[in-house]
Amino acid sequence: MKKLVQMFLVISLVSALLLYAISRLNSSQGFTSSNTLTIYNWGDYIDTELIDRFEEETGIKVIYETFDSNEAMMTKIEQGGTTYDIAIPSEYMIDKMRQEDLLVPLDHSKLPNLKNIDERFIDLPFDPENKYSVPYFWGTVGIVYNSKMLGGKVITAWADLWDKDLKNEILLTDGAREVMGMGLNSLNYSLNDTDDEHLQEAKSKLDALTPNIKAIVGDESRMLLEAQEAAIGLVWSGVASEIMAENEDLEYVVPKEGSNLWFDNMVIPKTTKNVEAAHQFINFMLDPEVAAQNADYVSYSTPNKEALKYMPEEVVKDERFYPSPELTEKLEVYENLGKKNLARYNELFLEFKMHRK
Amino acid sequence: MKNKLSRNIYFIPYVLWIALFVIAPILLILYYSFFDIEGNPSLINYQKFFTPVYLKMTISSFWYAFLITGISLLVAYPTAFLLTKTKHKQLWLLLIIVPSWINLLLKAYAFIGIFGTYGVANGFLEAMGIGKQQILFTDFSFIFVSVYIFIPFMILPIFNALDEMNPTLLDAANDLGASRWMTFRRVIFPLTIDGVKTGCQVVFIPALSLFMLTRLIAGNRVITLGTAIEQHFLVTQDWGMGSTIAVFLIIIMFLIMFVTGNRKQGV
Repeated sequence: MKKLVQMFLVISLVSALLLYAISRLNSSQGFTSSNTLTIYNWGDYIDTELIDRFEEETGIKVIYETFDSNEAMMTKIEQGGTTYDIAIPSEYMIDKMRQEDLLVPLDHSKLPNLKNIDERFIDLPFDPENKYSVPYFWGTVGIVYNSKMLGGKVITAWADLWDKDLKNEILLTDGAREVMGMGLNSLNYSLNDTDDEHLQEAKSKLDALTPNIKAIVGDESRMLLEAQEAAIGLVWSGVASEIMAENEDLEYVVPKEGSNLWFDNMVIPKTTKNVEAAHQFINFMLDPEVAAQNADYVSYSTPNKEALKYMPEEVVKDERFYPSPELTEKLEVYENLGKKNLARYNELFLEFKMHRK
Repeated sequence: MKNKLSRNIYFIPYVLWIALFVIAPILLILYYSFFDIEGNPSLINYQKFFTPVYLKMTISSFWYAFLITGISLLVAYPTAFLLTKTKHKQLWLLLIIVPSWINLLLKAYAFIGIFGTYGVANGFLEAMGIGKQQILFTDFSFIFVSVYIFIPFMILPIFNALDEMNPTLLDAANDLGASRWMTFRRVIFPLTIDGVKTGCQVVFIPALSLFMLTRLIAGNRVITLGTAIEQHFLVTQDWGMGSTIAVFLIIIMFLIMFVTGNRKQGV
């Protein structure tokens, strides 16, 4: 008993000392609680050097947290436990958050760098006049494949994935919209389809793909594809571009039946305690040089027109990752389908996952 | 009188803890389970649970949890028995417990490397002349890794039970002419049955709702009730359905506790 009490005292003492040390460290660097900015972003979706630079330039301390799905992010913001000042959701989620009154309107006078954004990405349907959001990155959903592992085979369409030779070669991403979207697109339906018959049809079509699927994974797909664990992956364009830089045999294609075009935008959620700093951060990220460095690190496509000048030409001219407006016209943006339809998508996705070969 | 008062004071932390962190959450889960996705009170979630999708999921969760528990027990019992016979048993025991201090995710990622197409396991198979096999993302890898993770929890209670057993009983059995098998069946096993029960409980119950491993090691080829709960809470935001599955899990767990419970025998 005495030993236990002693141990308890020692642990409390050490914790108190550590707490004191942290607060001293923070205050010596000029960080106080009113001077922090909490950013909520996708994993590995910013060059952390830029955060350091922002802290240095403004004296604002940045707390950085990550999420792995739009829905998980929204759940956390809805609950309001943490005071997030910046979040970076995708378009359909911004629409939803806007409707549920979870966003703070932006003050455009504090964002002079907004002029650097390509007009193509301004005033889109999910946020008219960019009242709540500013473009961060954009891209597509497509297929990355290792042509060497497939013996020189070329993939151009979703339909190619159903080939009997591709047994156990495909990695899917663990997202209901992405996978169901692929099923719908392969049947030439819209990936925003809510007709239950079409959805059922897409699910049966996906069931037929089961023998070719190796696994349905999350962010690990990057690592697994790089390690040649599988030859084909359903991925976001940035993931493809990143691993293609490591391996020359990899190729990325946006299937010809159509696919998803997406935008991730910066927003200020209602949980914010520091609107001023949030505007400062958004404006900082819109700076052409900063945006170029970030795009170089993250390897997704930047919507910042001025930033393109700071980037290598072969990247910017690459139609696979910077498709022209004519090409993107054929792609579809996810619409906010509402809770009920989303639940239906997820239910079918769950059933599909349970389907064994 | 004073004694009673102080005893009541000591009771406060316990009661508070139980009320806030055990009873309140269970009631909340129960409450949420009666709402549909739009937030209207309804029983639809319970109806949904009895559709083939969720019943199949429940059965497969049970099957995998059963396999994991069974294999753990098969490995753990002889191991624990051997451990009690070694010289430095505390040291050996420690070595078995140490891996459970390492973060679960870290271990899972390590296994992705080991079981991968170009991993150590396949390298070994190739050297043996068997050739490359798909190990990662199969039932085998899922059960193997789960057993690996749970086994310390199975060994510990069995080890304790075996260690507490009075060795003179074995001598007595021997003197009275029992064969070794008979000794085990009639003396050792009944005396350690409580340890086995505890071990099975601490493995079976968490194994029923495993979710991270189903994605990392089984590549979502194994879907358990835990996976479904995670998806309903985080992705679909259908808290009602997620809670309903949780309610059934709680009921199942109570049943298991009841069946394997340590009823004090008078013998």
